[in-house]
Amino acid sequence: MKAMVYRGPYKVRVEEKPMPKIEHPNDAIVRVSLAAICGSDLHLYHGLMTDLRIGHTFGHEFIGVVEEVGSSVRNLKRGDKVMVPFNIYCGSCFFCARGLYSNCHNVNANATAVGGIYGYSHTAGGYDGAQAEYVRVPFADVGPSVIPDWLADEDALMLTDAYSTGYFGAQLGDIVQGDTVVVFGAGPVGLAAAQSSWLMGAGRVLVVDHLDYRLEKARTMAHAETLNFVEYDDIVVELKKQTDYIGADVAIDAVGAEADGNLLQHITGSKLKLQGGSPIALNWAIDSVRKGGTVSVMGAYGPIFSAVKFGDAVNKGLTLRMNQAPVKRQWPRLFEHIQNGYIKPSDMITHRIPLEHIAEGYHMFSSKLDDCIKTVVVPNAA
Amino acid sequence: MAYIADKPTPPPSADELRARIPGWGADVDPKDRPAFPRERRDLDSGAHWNFPDRQPEIVPRERSIEHKFVTPVFGTAQPLAGLSGAIRRYAYARFSEGRAAHWLLLLAGDRVDAMESHARSLLTLHPDNPVTETGILSEFRRHPIRSRFGRNRADLSHTWLDPILVAGPWLLGGWVAVKVLRRLRGPR
Ligand SMILES: NC(=O)c1ccc[n+]([C@@H]2O[C@H](COP(=O)([O-])OP(=O)(O)OC[C@H]3O[C@@H](n4cnc5c(N)ncnc54)[C@H](O)[C@@H]3O)[C@@H](O)[C@H]2O)c1
Ligand SMILES: [Zn+2]
Ligand SMILES: [Zn+2]
Repeated sequence: MKAMVYRGPYKVRVEEKPMPKIEHPNDAIVRVSLAAICGSDLHLYHGLMTDLRIGHTFGHEFIGVVEEVGSSVRNLKRGDKVMVPFNIYCGSCFFCARGLYSNCHNVNANATAVGGIYGYSHTAGGYDGAQAEYVRVPFADVGPSVIPDWLADEDALMLTDAYSTGYFGAQLGDIVQGDTVVVFGAGPVGLAAAQSSWLMGAGRVLVVDHLDYRLEKARTMAHAETLNFVEYDDIVVELKKQTDYIGADVAIDAVGAEADGNLLQHITGSKLKLQGGSPIALNWAIDSVRKGGTVSVMGAYGPIFSAVKFGDAVNKGLTLRMNQAPVKRQWPRLFEHIQNGYIKPSDMITHRIPLEHIAEGYHMFSSKLDDCIKTVVVPNAA
Repeated sequence: MAYIADKPTPPPSADELRARIPGWGADVDPKDRPAFPRERRDLDSGAHWNFPDRQPEIVPRERSIEHKFVTPVFGTAQPLAGLSGAIRRYAYARFSEGRAAHWLLLLAGDRVDAMESHARSLLTLHPDNPVTETGILSEFRRHPIRSRFGRNRADLSHTWLDPILVAGPWLLGGWVAVKVLRRLRGPR
């Protein structure tokens, strides 16, 4: 089969790979109909994630058709059209039993701190991902859901990670009616978080980024006020001014390890890998939220230390909340919101490319060319 | 101001927001939020086992020493191999996830893997091609100038670093190879 493979930092190509096999009785093999490139994939692409082996296939946002199931699979059969959360999880360990599906203890031998994620290095369990014609799906009775008839494919695809993550991020903000919410990052996760903040009853939603075309999307899709941080000498002061010098009630970091806005932090954290990522947006969140406020971190960071302004967080009495999103928990409610016409997750998709053009897809998204926000990858076998 | 008890600029009224924003307030009650409460025992995950069947461990599998045993299910995407494999195996066997050495060794393993793999690819019919693999040729179709300039982008200040990070190791490798070849051919 054809699959995207990693060849070293900033280098990917399409290769012929052996078909994935059933390796466990509850596995399924899924023929991928649509996959997407996530902001998280950029951390891999730039070589920031640890134990990322040459030949690894990325891709953790996907929908497809069940090709084959293992002997213990009860809930799926060949031919089912499924959406698959980016989390790989067993459904039965201490953590899964409590609904912490992104923190499963039975699927990642390489790291206890990290759950299982498709195509996200060996630090996330060593599973090849779905930017390929076929993919192995462990715990087929637990993760995947059959796509409801009324749900469009591209909306289902956006629910497998980006949209569900933004929705989860807004929930971690513990927003109460009338709150002012500031979202750092106008990528797919930030857009979804901003839109979801309204569902939770926010009174104001502000989105910060430096890419005007994405801020434009934050205004149209997420009805947010926007700030381009390059236009201000100090974005923290500007946010204080805009909130009567109180600060926002809730701040959401939807940027993560490769944040821009401070050259020293960016180069040490993102380029030279001397930190587990550059925490610029996280520090802005800590500084611009009000005392007693909540910071929700959806941005991904590497496993080593980052220069986070912890003292300010302590002195301000902040609540810091974060996790990888337990995606499948979000679906029933998001289905209702889509059916009610409140949200349309596929609105953030800007590009559709065949798998053969994967190197172009990564370069374009990484360099933010052609007003790219979200790219969908279409493998041939579909 | 923050200097008095109430927000001087109150948020817009619920009616106003409901009229302007589709679905405003639909999840205002925390009970409607699927992530609340964070931990709960009443969800049906679909699992029909107490402990999953064990996936056969055909090739010995490295594991974090913070795990009691290799997890019942694990990825088999790229088994350890070569010098990078030895570095990674040592990182896993010797250091917990709590130690910086664990992660720094894994990062070192990644760089060594890249070098080993590039070198190995040169001996195949499908050698690495930095031009096609970086997707750089697509620039012309994707508005390289308009996308970057005159738009206040903060990342332009370090974009120049990217080609150095990508091509640097190749240039360095070539330079070392030339030096070694010269040395092997001896002084003239
Ligand atoms: N927790 C989870 O479960 C989960 C799931 C998916 C993605 N993520 C993470 O969420 C983050 C965002 O993902 P995405 O797909 O939207 O990525 P993206 O790269 O498309 O978006 C990131 C945005 O942040 C902007 N940005 C950079 N520096 C900034 C700064 N200092 N302040 C404000 N904005 C800044 C960029 O211009 C970009 O628009 C990534 O770190 C990703 O790894 C986490
Ligand atoms: Zn993702
Ligand atoms: Zn589990």
